[in-house]
Amino acid sequence: MPFINSLTELVHLQEEILQRKREEITSQPFRDGGPEKFAPLALRADQELDAPRGKEIRVVLRNCTLIDPESLDDYIAEDGYQALATVLTKMTPEEVIDTISRSGLRGRGGAGFPTGRKWQLTRNSAGSPKYIICNADEGDPGAFMNRRVLEGDPHSVLEGMAIAAYAIGASQGYIYCRAEYPIAVRTLNIAIQQARAYGLLGKNVLASGFSFDVELRMGAGAFVCGEETALIASIEGRRGEPRPRPPFPAVSGLWGNPTCINNVETFANVPQIILTGPDWFAAMGTEKSKGTKTFALAGDVNHTGLIEVPLGITLREIVYDVGEGIKKNKALKAIQTGGPMGGCLPASMIDLPVDYESLTAAGSIMGSGGMIVMDEETCMVDIARFFMEFIQEESCGKCTPCRVGTHSMLEILTRICNGEGVDGDIEELERLCKVTKTHSLCGLGQGAPNPVESTIKHFRHEYEAHIYRKECPAKVCRALIRYEIVPETCTGCTVCAKNCPIGAINGERRNPHLIDQEICIRCGICIQTCNFGAILALTGEQN
Amino acid sequence: MATPNHSYALAAPTLKNLEKEYPLNVPEQKAIIDRILETYCDVPGGLMVILNEIQSRVGFISQPVQEYVARVLNVPVSAIHGVVTFYSFFTTEPRGDHTLKFCMGTACYVGGTPQLIQKAEQILGTKTGRTTPDGKITLEVCRCVGACSQAPVVVVDEQLYGRLRPSKLPALIREITKASSNSSGE
Repeated sequence: MPFINSLTELVHLQEEILQRKREEITSQPFRDGGPEKFAPLALRADQELDAPRGKEIRVVLRNCTLIDPESLDDYIAEDGYQALATVLTKMTPEEVIDTISRSGLRGRGGAGFPTGRKWQLTRNSAGSPKYIICNADEGDPGAFMNRRVLEGDPHSVLEGMAIAAYAIGASQGYIYCRAEYPIAVRTLNIAIQQARAYGLLGKNVLASGFSFDVELRMGAGAFVCGEETALIASIEGRRGEPRPRPPFPAVSGLWGNPTCINNVETFANVPQIILTGPDWFAAMGTEKSKGTKTFALAGDVNHTGLIEVPLGITLREIVYDVGEGIKKNKALKAIQTGGPMGGCLPASMIDLPVDYESLTAAGSIMGSGGMIVMDEETCMVDIARFFMEFIQEESCGKCTPCRVGTHSMLEILTRICNGEGVDGDIEELERLCKVTKTHSLCGLGQGAPNPVESTIKHFRHEYEAHIYRKECPAKVCRALIRYEIVPETCTGCTVCAKNCPIGAINGERRNPHLIDQEICIRCGICIQTCNFGAILALTGEQN
Repeated sequence: MATPNHSYALAAPTLKNLEKEYPLNVPEQKAIIDRILETYCDVPGGLMVILNEIQSRVGFISQPVQEYVARVLNVPVSAIHGVVTFYSFFTTEPRGDHTLKFCMGTACYVGGTPQLIQKAEQILGTKTGRTTPDGKITLEVCRCVGACSQAPVVVVDEQLYGRLRPSKLPALIREITKASSNSSGE
């Protein structure tokens, strides 16, 4: 096992690894399936991460699928740890912070706080020891960018953390990873052990006198732990409840000491900024939002999966170029960004540039990077209810506006979806949104109203249809729809009858079937299983 | 204003109670718990690590186990109980041999998780959050597992099944119960 003592040794090792890889390729070209095995590794791309398309630029995801995440040699071959070695041998902590500041990098966890300034604040804070924490508690439903980075390129995060530790003067780091990601946890543990064995973590890193070690901590399924003060409480072994800020963690964080918390993606950007220079990074993006951002594109687009695009790109370019348009050529209805505390942007805002300021101004947020595209068959009231249910369950209950506000909003939304909405519900929702937003303690409560507010703002007519006409235009809300079999189209194949969970469908083989409306629970399984499109969903007047 | 001391005193563990309770009276299980406690009791903020380990190795953290951990770490049981009940991964009751977790992420929800749950409940004759009477399968919903491009997703133990349709569920459940009866026959 090579123990690396300097930048020169690291570069030398990289040469050796590259030479070894070249020899492997030339010495056995036709064994094991021939040259394809050594073809560009983009061949290993999968359902989640494909070759870049449209305007994609890969910075954070550059190594994912290309290197073996369990091989430190692979990472070193891709210039790995050279940024750390450069920082330790040639730069002062102030220079590092200055470089990050000039690059314009902002926190990728969602709030977009300038990373350089956060590091400076933590460095300036009195108190010792200082800590670095990597927030890998990626809990937003529909977001999996961080998981992929941790599973595909764990060393880039460790290297970024080590650089940050040097800049702020910390010697201990923690990665807080959610328990839902067992593979990420395993990969990280392997990576930490390897880095220690090579002398890239631990005491006296690269013989520079700088010591830094990382410990991995696992969450246990609490969404609110992604909030920084709750995360710190969880690492300390307590209930993950947020506390008021200030004091910010940069002043008083883990065990009361100055602590710098950054997201996985923020750290993964750092080595590239050091290696390629802040000007290269600042050249991408808009005036206030620099660089690239990863998004988990999901929902009703043809090409779902991870993407990484320069900030400032429009939603249209993401949906139609990178995402290759809406499935089955249906119409776009809305785009949900920023996870459960984000908002739904209507199709009319398709030319909105994606950066921190524009999204906030439009009533949504950047968030960690979930992006869910919804077609015309999505009920916006139901979506608002879905997110509110999530937030209400995950509300830690510490502060009243969030605990009671989310509960009351969920009650009203559920009622509307059940066809029991009454006049005044929309206005009451708006009032609750305002109170919850302004009075809640942490980002969870403050962001909780966003899905409701944005859907009321842009899709008020759907709320009105539910409440006043008792119809669900998207034909989703069970209480407001019914299913019917078109006798002319039905072939009597019996598939729907077999799949109906409560046996509500009757009929002879080869004869049109009939749904017993008295028993039918409107689960929609029949419409999914019918191969002939013979089942229709009806609502409102048709009902 | 708080009611500190007497609730603490009530919850204080007594050895007599502990001995009656599973899994502390199964020597192998107790050895596991002791080893975990020994390894992590000095780690700063190690309670989460300890509970995570017990949950994954023993399967659940019952009241007596909480009391035992509290005694060893010399902290109030209320502190342990508070943490155990706060996090959804910690359970106080044993689970079935296999766990079927339905992903409730946005993409899966829109992609048909509700229909899958309905079908599974019908096949197994149980409700989500419950275990089948034979103790084989526990049905659960879980937070987004981050496999949105394969929505809707079901996680069976640690294995992930994507793009699942209600019509495919019976076969999947048959497969699980078969594997279960095979392994128990060994």
